[in-house]
Amino acid sequence: MTSSRRVLITGLSTYWGGRLAQALERHPEIEAIIGVDNLDPTLELERTEFVRISNQHALLRRIVDAAEIDTVVDSRLVVDSTTTSARLAHENNVIGTMNLLAACSGPDSTVRKFVFKSSAHLYGAEQDDPGFFTESMGRPHPPRTRIERDIVEAEANVSDFAEKNPDVSVAILRFANVLGSTVKTAHTRLFSLPMVPMILGFDPRYQFVHEDDAVSALEHVVYDDIRGIYNVAADGVLAFSEVCGLLGKTYAPILPPWGTGAAAAALGRLGVRIPPEMLQQMRFGRGLDNRKLKATGFRYRYTTRETVTKLAEHMRLHPVVRGAREPYRYEREVEDFLRWSPHVRNPSFRKESRLSPGEMVELQKVMSSYGERVGAPGGGSRRSQSRAVARAAEAGAADVEAEGDAGADAGSGGDARTGAEVGTEAASGSASGTDAGPGTSSEPPASAIRPRARRPDPSPKRAAARRARKGGANGSGGAAADGDPPVAHYDDLEADEIVRVLDSLEDPALAALLDYESANRARPRVVSAIEGVRARRGGGQDG
Amino acid sequence: MREPVADDLGADRPGLPALKDGDLRRHLPGVEPERTLTDWGRSERVEGFYDRTLLEFFYRYWFRCEVEGIENVPASGGALLVSNHSGALPPDAAMIGKAITEEHPRPRPLNITVEHFFKGYPGFSMLLPKIGAVAAHPANVQRLLYDEEQLVLVFPEGRKGTEKLYKDRYRLRRFGRGGFVEAAMRAQAPIVPVCVVGAEEAAPVFAQLKLLQRLTGLLYVPLTPTFPHLGLLGMLGYLPAKFKIRFLEPVHFDEEGMYRDESLVQTVAQDIRARIQENLWDMLGKRGSVWFG
Repeated sequence: MTSSRRVLITGLSTYWGGRLAQALERHPEIEAIIGVDNLDPTLELERTEFVRISNQHALLRRIVDAAEIDTVVDSRLVVDSTTTSARLAHENNVIGTMNLLAACSGPDSTVRKFVFKSSAHLYGAEQDDPGFFTESMGRPHPPRTRIERDIVEAEANVSDFAEKNPDVSVAILRFANVLGSTVKTAHTRLFSLPMVPMILGFDPRYQFVHEDDAVSALEHVVYDDIRGIYNVAADGVLAFSEVCGLLGKTYAPILPPWGTGAAAAALGRLGVRIPPEMLQQMRFGRGLDNRKLKATGFRYRYTTRETVTKLAEHMRLHPVVRGAREPYRYEREVEDFLRWSPHVRNPSFRKESRLSPGEMVELQKVMSSYGERVGAPGGGSRRSQSRAVARAAEAGAADVEAEGDAGADAGSGGDARTGAEVGTEAASGSASGTDAGPGTSSEPPASAIRPRARRPDPSPKRAAARRARKGGANGSGGAAADGDPPVAHYDDLEADEIVRVLDSLEDPALAALLDYESANRARPRVVSAIEGVRARRGGGQDG
Repeated sequence: MREPVADDLGADRPGLPALKDGDLRRHLPGVEPERTLTDWGRSERVEGFYDRTLLEFFYRYWFRCEVEGIENVPASGGALLVSNHSGALPPDAAMIGKAITEEHPRPRPLNITVEHFFKGYPGFSMLLPKIGAVAAHPANVQRLLYDEEQLVLVFPEGRKGTEKLYKDRYRLRRFGRGGFVEAAMRAQAPIVPVCVVGAEEAAPVFAQLKLLQRLTGLLYVPLTPTFPHLGLLGMLGYLPAKFKIRFLEPVHFDEEGMYRDESLVQTVAQDIRARIQENLWDMLGKRGSVWFG
């Protein structure tokens, strides 16, 4: 069970950020995933919210505070100097990391976990390197290229942060060169050439990691609360000639051993761009000791050889299937429609989202002014807004309960508090049901508050639990029997959804639910499910 | 050897016992039968070819190697072989390796540590790892000895041994800084001292050509009977001296943490050097002829 609940992913639009967000979306206990980047996401995301911002510290800080982020995953690192200019890379790798760390630090920060995606370029590649770098070795020589210098500096910043914030668990992952069918790196570019250029007289040792393994490593570290520095590289170190053999490419030792840089620059003119940090690797190679991560329980799916074979298969297939599938393009309007529009009826298209306290306040303001202007409820256009408010209210109620006290909150600012308070009112109104009956108040009618309950929200359960406690104190569960649903919006829930919630309910609540169900709709499926759960809980309460 | 630095970014993860190196041994990557290269870059194919042709010829017919004390090489577990070193392009390492594969009841591959220089020199860089050479990095020795439990051959004299001229033959140079003893103690692997007689005469070095060395960027350019006037192949132009290889009784280090005792490390290094030197004098005294043994 992970300790992460609210995750911020920087660099959502990089391959890593996007894949990690997709992976984390599968874990229901991670309730919020927020991604920031300055470009549009490149992968389709289900419930991750995207915010387009630059690396500015103040903006990041606001997002971290507002969303009460507890886990930050930094996947922005640029490791291929040909993809951007050296200045931009530095801006992103060093200044960006600095800003992000500043946004996460401080005594009142909510961040408890920080995961940094680094690169094995940190170790460099030199003549007197060990055959396998372990995490404790660091870099034996000063960095040679700008990218390496950036990575070293960024990691130093992260280590510094770890030292200054001992209660934040920090993990650094140093990835070997990544290969895969969808990721584009300097190496996949090199291997897609008809002949693979090499430095004459050298056959360096190479270690790769498959893109899926790289993503699962990130997920593993985030989800299993791992801290420390880890190398991420597949088992097995291949010789470059072996790699070419597996790919079915001939290798061309066209780069001279002396004056390699100049020759590579000439090749660059011809369109074969080999970044300088890679040139060093093509001479001396690099091996990583991956055992430390394996000792934490991580299992690689592919060895280096299998990674290369996979790429070979993809390269053979690529000309055949090319263009068969449209690449994903992020459209803000479409995403918003799918997340928010009431007209998205088919649940398989509906994307989930949650509101931040700030957004809730905004919505509440809009709602109240709208309600004053329109007056009577019940209009079709009204429905959507009231629904949104109801959802917001429930999210707020959850927040309030998490904090324990609606009034006294330390982390978030005044805005959030108002939002939370508003949320409590609305939630209690809808949960107690009877006093907020359909009427002509500015409050939306309870019947209109119809939260989409594809995934059971925590607050109805809590409401039910509260109710059950109250019922227990009164000495009878009979209150539920007289037309009052034991779970908020019970009538709107499908049978399946009810059955899913059952396990989380306490016994008195179950009894109340059974009474209510048999009194009203008496769906056999629900009734039998409730009885089943009660039977499982033991015979004591049956009679 | 670098002392492991704190790489855990603060405290250990609660709930997990602190990781010791020993725990990591079972996480070593498995062997993939589809591959012909090891993770160190050793190639079965290239090594087999080299073994069948060049090595076979030199071992059996040219140097007519004579081996004693092969039982001192352990049949299992890591062990550090320590030998004297000589010759322009030293044939001794290859002959020791061949001796183990030929004479030992359980032949095992031998990893030969070489200077980092070779990794940076085109050609050597490509070929040497394929036939079992590994850069002489303390971390490499540790992994091979302790984690992979293999045989490792080191020449503590290093290039001081191969640079020395014919007139200084069989006089051991300084044994480095005792790093090899430290490595063995750290890995708790025994040291097997090895004496090789014959290599000095097979490739005598008469002089070092400083100017050529600077021009080519090589470690050293020796003047031998065949090099450099016969070109690069002259490097292989060994004289047919009779080789005698003697494996001495192993020295065991079973106690943990011995490597921290610096004076003990130096003492053991001195002892081993003295034993090899004595045995060399002994073997030379018994040798009737350089060419026929």
